[in-house]
Amino acid sequence: MNTTEMIEIRLNGKPHDLAAGQSVRELLESLDLHPGMVVVELNREILERDRYDEFTIGEGDTVELVHFVGGG
Amino acid sequence: MTASQTTSEAPAVQDEALEVGGHTLTSRLIVGTGKYATNEVMVDAIRASGADMVTVAVRRVDLDRTKEEGVLHHLDPKEFFLLANTAGCYTAEDAVRYARLARAAGFNEFVKLEVIGDETTLLPDVQATVDAAKTLSDEGFKVMAYTNDDLVTALRLEDAGCVAVMPLASPIGSGLGVVNPYFIREIKRRLEVPVIVDAGVGTASDACVTMEQGVDGVLMNTAIAAADDPVRMAHAMRSAVWAGRSAYLAGRMPSREIAVPSSPTAGMLD
Repeated sequence: MNTTEMIEIRLNGKPHDLAAGQSVRELLESLDLHPGMVVVELNREILERDRYDEFTIGEGDTVELVHFVGGG
Repeated sequence: MTASQTTSEAPAVQDEALEVGGHTLTSRLIVGTGKYATNEVMVDAIRASGADMVTVAVRRVDLDRTKEEGVLHHLDPKEFFLLANTAGCYTAEDAVRYARLARAAGFNEFVKLEVIGDETTLLPDVQATVDAAKTLSDEGFKVMAYTNDDLVTALRLEDAGCVAVMPLASPIGSGLGVVNPYFIREIKRRLEVPVIVDAGVGTASDACVTMEQGVDGVLMNTAIAAADDPVRMAHAMRSAVWAGRSAYLAGRMPSREIAVPSSPTAGMLD
């Protein structure tokens, strides 16, 4: 069995551990989030939805996952 | 309860549709989606209001809680036009960031720009609002800007490219109604883009008085969501907006602080 290298990122303001080499799409899947229901900001850059596969999350990255909630 | 619909239907009135930034609204009432006790009541109240444009906020997904808290799990974006806001932002930079995030959700280019300048009154930071409006308009956003009831700021926002200017009736969530109807009228008289009064309406008479000033629409959230019966209040607001708009179009009689008899003074018996 491989020992997966783990990295720590900042996810929605909190420390979060995940396996190294994951794409943004894989992160969303691991969190059970539908890509169409969230918007992703990686290190302050908004990612286009159809490019989630292209971005690999690295050690120390800051990820924000936002969505629409009730508001006035 | 299942009440008769007869009292909730607004009478037909000839009026042109409200167009904002190239989008035609069927209702002059725009409603928020916040503060409802349940999502079911929210959807029922919005349907009762007759509004087709609804505001939503951009927030972090709470990863410790149910994913169902997202409003799109309850509101069908094909049924309602989603107007994302920048509520909670205190700088132009933050507001621009939130607007960009909202646009990336992929629904439309509209944003309800809101930059707050004071935590106690939630009054807007008008300079930051104008700055953010310029930036966003240059990026192709259709900006509907929340502002105070100041004419000069309203003119600056129009110059900045806003597709609608939205002065407050009174502070957000206060329910105080229109505290300065003269300035609301003056803003409406001077601007070419639609003027939509946003915030401060407390009850149906406030919505009616707001529309009687001649503005193009009214946006509210708490007045409906915080009512004991939000669905019933939504009906009331719908009727009040219609009534106020109709009264404005009808042209009211002059008000005067003197009585004038309605019945003939001639023909009285000796």
